[in-house]
Amino acid sequence: MGEMEELRKEMENLKDQITAARKTFQDSTLQEAAAGVTVVGRVQLKTRKTLRGHLAKIYAMHWGTDSTLCVSASQDGKLIVWDTITTNKVNAIPLKSSWVMTCAYAPSGNLVACGGLDNMCSIYNLKGKDGNVKVMRELAAHTGYLSCCRFLSDTEIITSSGDCTCVLWDIETGTQKTVFAGHQGDAMSLGVSPDFKYFISGACDFTAKLWDIREAECRQTFGGHESDINAIGFFPNGNAVITGSDDATCKLYDLRADQELLTYQDSSIMCGVTSLASSKSGRLLLAGHDDFNVNIWDMLKAERVGVLAGHDNRVSCIGVSSDGMACCTGSWDSFLKIWN
Amino acid sequence: MTINTMAKGGWHRDQMSCFRKMEKVIVAMQDPDMGMKMRNQRLLITIIPHAMTGRDIIDWLMKKSNICEEESLHISGLLVRYGYIYPLKEPRSLVLRPDESPYRFQTPYFWTSTRWPASELDYAIYLAKKNIRKQGELMEYEKERYSVLHKRINHTWDFVVMQAREQLRASKQRRKADRIVLECQEQAYWLINRPPPGARNVLDMGLERPNNTARVTLNSEHYKNEIDTCKRALGRNRVKSSICLEGFMKYSEQYQNHDPIMQGCLPSNPWISDDSAHWTMNLETVPTPTRLRVERWSFSFMELLNDEMGRREFMTYLEKEFSGENLAFWQACEDIKHGESSKIVEKVEEIYRNFLAPGAPRWVNIDSKTMDKTLSGIRHPHRFVMEDAQMHIYFLIKKDSYPRYLKSDLYKNMLAKGIVPQETKKSVFPFMRRQRHSSPSPAQVATQATEEGGNAKGAGQAGTNSAAGSNV
Repeated sequence: MGEMEELRKEMENLKDQITAARKTFQDSTLQEAAAGVTVVGRVQLKTRKTLRGHLAKIYAMHWGTDSTLCVSASQDGKLIVWDTITTNKVNAIPLKSSWVMTCAYAPSGNLVACGGLDNMCSIYNLKGKDGNVKVMRELAAHTGYLSCCRFLSDTEIITSSGDCTCVLWDIETGTQKTVFAGHQGDAMSLGVSPDFKYFISGACDFTAKLWDIREAECRQTFGGHESDINAIGFFPNGNAVITGSDDATCKLYDLRADQELLTYQDSSIMCGVTSLASSKSGRLLLAGHDDFNVNIWDMLKAERVGVLAGHDNRVSCIGVSSDGMACCTGSWDSFLKIWN
Repeated sequence: MTINTMAKGGWHRDQMSCFRKMEKVIVAMQDPDMGMKMRNQRLLITIIPHAMTGRDIIDWLMKKSNICEEESLHISGLLVRYGYIYPLKEPRSLVLRPDESPYRFQTPYFWTSTRWPASELDYAIYLAKKNIRKQGELMEYEKERYSVLHKRINHTWDFVVMQAREQLRASKQRRKADRIVLECQEQAYWLINRPPPGARNVLDMGLERPNNTARVTLNSEHYKNEIDTCKRALGRNRVKSSICLEGFMKYSEQYQNHDPIMQGCLPSNPWISDDSAHWTMNLETVPTPTRLRVERWSFSFMELLNDEMGRREFMTYLEKEFSGENLAFWQACEDIKHGESSKIVEKVEEIYRNFLAPGAPRWVNIDSKTMDKTLSGIRHPHRFVMEDAQMHIYFLIKKDSYPRYLKSDLYKNMLAKGIVPQETKKSVFPFMRRQRHSSPSPAQVATQATEEGGNAKGAGQAGTNSAAGSNV
């Protein structure tokens, strides 16, 4: 018993030293650094398209890399691939389990994946020979629900789960290649770096972790949030991590400074962040909240510059297309909206 | 009704912080000095104090937090939706009207955060009271629920009826005003915790995630791992925050013109004009790329490599310099890293034959240490066996050939030839012309001054013409 207590004390001591070391590298405030940046005026995005078709809450959406197709997952047990310009449904895939919590589009455009309370990640081939969309693989090994999944290529996918781990899978063989364990709470979301070498995960232990995919280890851990981290993403240049939490704030952690540099919060924002996305230049941060709104932040000045109010229920997912043209929001009101 | 298997701790995690914030606002609103001005509600002959109008609430919030009316409406709407303030007229419509409609604060006893989850027993007692007090006062859906509860908790029904009668008796002792207030409070509470069919359930948490308590055991092994991680983390190199922040600013600035949400896009925003010209111009392979695209190739080596057209152009340049094998090697290694596992062995062999073997047709120049390591690794090929060699070549190209390419005539010509699309103007009445994109586009900035003047004149003329036309 005494040994455990000593170990715990040593760990706490080291953590304090790390905090102190990080402080010494905080040599400027945001006000000073962003003084010369031109101000972004009020940003007003309008709804250009509304995608109707789901019959229940939408839990997740993901853009394809071609910037016109996107996939959405809903509690009505369907995965729908939309042509967002015409608002037509390209594919409507019925799922075995309707308790779906996440979906993803492969960069190649050939595959989509989804998963949820069934603890599995199901991969569907959109470009099958006979034109039908069928299950290609069912990746089962997690002992908790699937909270998020992202493709690295047509052969590899990373998943995060309620069992506190993230896993890299080989899709061909359907087996786990690497298990990334370390979080002390449900892993809620993940994001892949622009160079595909790292990924980040946000969890219910209020921390975000940066993982080296190849070396299979956690490189950095970032804390500071006061509640579950629901959403996570990279700054477009891959040097920073942006997180959104139930404590109604978003934070920016720089990977090179190894610490939190910016917090995006406002006393009038009370409801938690469910999802986030950044514009192509990284100047704007769009965060979806439980209070049905999306708040738009000037990322460099940490000021709110706009609000997207158009949903009648929680905004559960948000994404900016890869060419930065449009932002798509999905909500519990069963609609997806395209804004720009 | 779903059976809630989540421990109370689980719910705390999701909603508590948002409720605490709302409660802070509510408490501030009720502050005797700085809080809201209270009015009296008049119900026939009864006067009930402590009421306020929707307009009062909006104005107070605007003043207190220095926010605009839209924001204030949103926040006060939240307060009503979650039951901290309830309407006195039309109690079933949980919206905040910014007019003379009266509202009252909910008592903390009935706050969602204090009395969660609402129990079946309490609901049964409430419905029983309503039933007993005035026969037929229950609404249809309440009658249905009442009978369902009667079946489900039949074993405690005597207790339910007894409690209901007791509470009714106690309330008769109160003054009429107090009795009315209590009834309103209770009704408001149940409208939120047991919403009528069709009304939105604000306490809906979504999919119930199974409760995981302590999946990680805090034993000595766990602490030892944490200590190792901390020791490594302590020794890492860090960069000053000022430099990092500057990095972000530079990046945003550089990409500002390439960010359609910030700067709009040419020739037109396909979402507004229904014209997909923008995408046609930016396909993977086009005869002439846009200038913005060619410009991006100079931002970073990865931007050039990630664009297939950029890579082809770069390859053309490298071939001229007789160093095309480097890029070909890099591409082949990428193919192994991200391709099918079954083809790894054959791909590795092909790379060895083409690039690494002595006398290979496209031999790449790697330092001897890396070469030795790679050659021994090839005996047991795996996805990352070429990683070190690939990195070596990558940095070689990045430091040497890439900067020279950007200075070359080949690139400069490409940039000069790059298309700058003209803004397409839809043919509508000039004086009804809408913004094509969310903000003026940069490429047009130089010409905009003259163009704007020209258009204005044109618009004026056309306007008069059509007006004249309609008068005829």
